[in-house]
Amino acid sequence: MMRLRLTDRRGSALQRREARAGYLFISPWVFGFLALTAGPMVVSLYLSFTDYSLVNETHQVGLENYRQLFEDPRVGKSLANTFVYAAMFVPLGIVVALGLALLLLRLGRFSGFFRTVFYLPVMTPGVAAGAMFLLLLNGQRGLLNDVLGWFGITGPNWTTDPAWLKPSLAVVSLWTMGGSIIIYLAALNNVPKQLYEAALLDGAGPVRRFVSVTLPMISGALFFTVITHTIGAMQMFDQAFTMYYGPQQGATASDESLVYMVYLFQNAFQYFRMGFASALAWVLFAIILVITVVQVRVGNRFVYYEGGSTR
Amino acid sequence: MTLDVRRPLRPDDPDRPAREGELASLVTTGGGRRRRLTSGLVVRWLLLLLATVAFAYPLVWLVSASLKPKAQVFDNRLVPETVQWSNFVTVWDAGPVLQWLMNSGLVSLMAAATVTLSSALVAFGFAYFRFRLRGALFGLVLATMMLPGAVTMIPVYLIWNRLGFVDTQVPLWAGNLFGSAFYIFLMRQFFLGVPRELFEAARIDGCSNLGLFRRIALPLCRPALIIVFIFELQASWSDLMKPLIYLQTEEYYTMPRGLKQIVDSFALSGQYNWEIAMAATLVATVPMIIVFAFGQRYFLEGLATQAKQG
Repeated sequence: MMRLRLTDRRGSALQRREARAGYLFISPWVFGFLALTAGPMVVSLYLSFTDYSLVNETHQVGLENYRQLFEDPRVGKSLANTFVYAAMFVPLGIVVALGLALLLLRLGRFSGFFRTVFYLPVMTPGVAAGAMFLLLLNGQRGLLNDVLGWFGITGPNWTTDPAWLKPSLAVVSLWTMGGSIIIYLAALNNVPKQLYEAALLDGAGPVRRFVSVTLPMISGALFFTVITHTIGAMQMFDQAFTMYYGPQQGATASDESLVYMVYLFQNAFQYFRMGFASALAWVLFAIILVITVVQVRVGNRFVYYEGGSTR
Repeated sequence: MTLDVRRPLRPDDPDRPAREGELASLVTTGGGRRRRLTSGLVVRWLLLLLATVAFAYPLVWLVSASLKPKAQVFDNRLVPETVQWSNFVTVWDAGPVLQWLMNSGLVSLMAAATVTLSSALVAFGFAYFRFRLRGALFGLVLATMMLPGAVTMIPVYLIWNRLGFVDTQVPLWAGNLFGSAFYIFLMRQFFLGVPRELFEAARIDGCSNLGLFRRIALPLCRPALIIVFIFELQASWSDLMKPLIYLQTEEYYTMPRGLKQIVDSFALSGQYNWEIAMAATLVATVPMIIVFAFGQRYFLEGLATQAKQG
């Protein structure tokens, strides 16, 4: 009896020491979380109910910011633009990346070269990609329309025609999506070979094999990229700001290129409407949260996990 | 069908994941056939070639455009009729470009070094030690990955403002001292892969907790450290938002912020010196291409591990 209790207590002392060490190791993150995430979240929520502007006296305005948010046509416009951009880029990006990953599967030793080529654009800073494509997409003399011209297609004014501003942003994003090609390639390489052999024995054709074997087996990677791409697209800033928001455009910039983050940034750091910008930020958070939850709900019905669990 | 991962897989094992290249014929056309020059193969290579041109050509075009005289920027010929090296001299004079490059380099190195070290510490804490709130806190780490930066952007700006760090480069990297959720997640996976016996043996030999981290966890997980380091190096180099928010003095700008200014100033003056803008764009991009040349194995590896976690 005595000995049992003794080991018990020694064990718990050890456990306490281990726990202390654990908390010590994670303390940088805990501090960072409190000081730079949780604290600021509370402050941001508070600011969203004020007219804080960095300089003038601050008043509590209740739900005024949120009411204005619904009335400000530029909020609705920027949100709609962001959705349209995301709706173009996310599915297109996934189809193109998956297609390229499938093409790369065949190539054993060449695949390194192609992976490098496809990933290289990701290294280009967003500003640089934006500046480059401003010229490449030029309506009259840009390279893309030149190429389209060879096929007798008259390309649009990508960067000036209001209808084409969002597609032009999607083109730039497509150019820098090499990361998902690599992710899909890794997932495709992990599909057990005998599944294809079994499908083949069952007389499944190439389309059937793709739909019934390949897609379910890589659904985890697909799901992951759908979510990360959507979250990223909702927060797109660099390219839009570089291409369409210099001093030259000023007030004349077409609202067709106004994405949500650009409008948020303008409110916070150009118009110094920080209370209103905080409200915008919270609305963005809510939208991303809802989209992600829906995607996870829907996704879980289609994603196949080996062994039946996530990890 | 489940795979027993603990069973070693022999090369002829039917459960062995297919090697790259083996699969393709099965995924797409007929399985098991010998590779001949089928029309399918031709189409595939054509598509690949097309994609290669689409992905690589813009960068090649950038090099060429940056060397052209103003009148030829838009002629879209790959080899400039006349090579105008002076474009780069003009870029040099368009702002303190060397300073911007050094600022970017310094900021990125600081950001990468701090985030690697702090994320590794935290990841080790979560991977090795057992404590009551471990699961809950780690859940919180994962949850923060979903939080858009916009929510904390303004209060964090106010903090740095209050501390007197606005218009310095400190806010561009100092937040990294506290680790970053995604990297913590990534490194934890690596640390979990180290056999626990290794740590226990070292502990019996009198190794302290910090010693376990420094002498065993870190050396064994060097690839993870390198992956995190160069990912953050790239992310930090490319960042535009933070320099826009925090930097006012031109001398403190990072290269992307400087590039934005160059592009804007030409447009503002109505001059549209696109050849100079392209030369500046190239200057902002080349350092990252060099980083990629050295670190590409780790970039590609890092992305592949993401797939397995997904």
